[in-house]
Amino acid sequence: MSAVKKAIRDVYGDTLAQLGRENPDIVALDADVGSSSKSIVFGREFPKRYFNVGVAEANMVAMAAGLATAGKIPFANTFAAFMVLRAADPVRSLIAYTGLNVKLAGTYAGLSDSYDGASHHAIADIAFMRALPNMTVVSVSDPVEAELATRAVAEFKGPAYLRLSRAEVPVVLDKATYKFEIGKGVTLREGSDLTIVATGYMLVKALEAAEILADKGIRARVVNIHTIKPIDRDLLIACARETGAIVTAEEHNVYGGLGSAVAEVLSQGCPVPMEVVGVNDTFTESGDYEKLLAKYGLSAANIAAHAEKVLKRKG
Amino acid sequence: MSLSKARKDYLEGLCLRLRQDLIKLLYSIQTGHPGGSLSSTEIMTTLYFEKLRVDPKNPKDPNRDRFILGKGHAAPMLYQILSERGFFPQDDLATLRQLDSHLQGHPCAKKTCGVELSTGPLGLGLPAGLGMAMAARLDGKDFRTYVLMGDGELQEGIVWEAAMSAAKFAADNLLVIIDNNGVQLDGTVAEIMPMGDIAAKWQAFGWNVISIDGHCVEAVSDAIDLAATVKGKPTVIVAKTVKGKGVSFMEGKSAWHGKPISKDEYVNAMKELGVNV
Repeated sequence: MSAVKKAIRDVYGDTLAQLGRENPDIVALDADVGSSSKSIVFGREFPKRYFNVGVAEANMVAMAAGLATAGKIPFANTFAAFMVLRAADPVRSLIAYTGLNVKLAGTYAGLSDSYDGASHHAIADIAFMRALPNMTVVSVSDPVEAELATRAVAEFKGPAYLRLSRAEVPVVLDKATYKFEIGKGVTLREGSDLTIVATGYMLVKALEAAEILADKGIRARVVNIHTIKPIDRDLLIACARETGAIVTAEEHNVYGGLGSAVAEVLSQGCPVPMEVVGVNDTFTESGDYEKLLAKYGLSAANIAAHAEKVLKRKG
Repeated sequence: MSLSKARKDYLEGLCLRLRQDLIKLLYSIQTGHPGGSLSSTEIMTTLYFEKLRVDPKNPKDPNRDRFILGKGHAAPMLYQILSERGFFPQDDLATLRQLDSHLQGHPCAKKTCGVELSTGPLGLGLPAGLGMAMAARLDGKDFRTYVLMGDGELQEGIVWEAAMSAAKFAADNLLVIIDNNGVQLDGTVAEIMPMGDIAAKWQAFGWNVISIDGHCVEAVSDAIDLAATVKGKPTVIVAKTVKGKGVSFMEGKSAWHGKPISKDEYVNAMKELGVNV
């Protein structure tokens, strides 16, 4: 595990500004959280292409839709919780419905805005976004992926939700070799006993869990599903066939997120024993990020425990 | 420039025919919203046949003016006008709201040629229009963006979020027209959610306000021209109208926001519009 840590939001802000330098059609909007989302980095450099609309998320997203109809590539920025709750109507009715080329950057997803409490945690955003026809859903795991995913959604034509974190997290992906392609899952560790399918920061926990399991002689494959929609069906079915058991891990409610998406694929494509690790359909609370994750089961230890459980069911 | 007598007569004649066609259409399909289509007839007709720089032969021209029907339930009149203007064949109108039609119950930009924005959920037209206006500014284009809203629609909070934003961004290439017919789905605006002094509200939000009679094509035309001369702030035209205008038993009646037209009502409505059926 690399010791180097970077905040996802800082990488995002720098990447957005770099994209702005490369493409004059990229514009950014924020709803008064620019210094949190880090869209302000873009805003400082390109003030004319930056629209801070105040505390008005729905208005921001609807404006982004209008900009997109005229050929702009808008990045709309706010906390993930407010992107789906406050801006849900324009996200669905303008952007998804018409397939507009708007990028919805939901920062502070999952529990990453830990001290602000359950009101600011986003554990239903994946469920909402992936239930919208035409929407692509991308979730970022580490600083390397933050840059690659932001670039990829900018280049991608169509509506995309980019799930970002506030947290400072370790670099686990190798920038020199890691390939990011929307819709393609990535196998990061080989194994034949089961597959841990993770998204977002839970990828880091999944890799740690694989180490714990290795110490017990269990060989866990670890797959990063950064694109939750469209999901990589072929890879998931191959993992189910080859390893015979699946554990999913996500910083989201167990309902409607990655676990649900994987179950939808495997129940039809290759049913195998499966366990879902996520927030157990409960509201969370304020606290230190790592302690909060652990309390709500989003830990390497809990993923490993579910791996052992699923192996018993595998028989 | 004021309308010539010939243009005025032409637009008024067209409005009458569009009203006749609307009643005929909604009677034939037994669904759709007559009230808000009839109140906005002069506004939309004047825009599409006198003001908007649009070309049905080049419907995606980057320099075209944009019209957004914020009050998406007036779709039947918009479709009639788009068809009359040549964006799609008039025969298509009979398929409105039916399976496999490109004419959805509420406007869908993906399906219908000439529709600039998908609308229906109220209040989204103005902020999206502001986005279009900002895109024009960034690209140095001189197209104008027009948003037609209902007065009931003004009850949506997002309208006022967008009103603040348009003032902040000094969107003088954006024009809002309010179809101030005083009636919404459940009753009159005064009963359901009194709007008070609508003009004063917009003024307080930093907008230039013009108040007119929304059934007078000359007034609509003059107000649009006047708005184009105002720099540094967005303009709103508060157009006083009558819901169901032209059909006496529909006028001012919330029941006619959206309900099927019976045979007798159809005959009577057409008679009032000068046609014996």
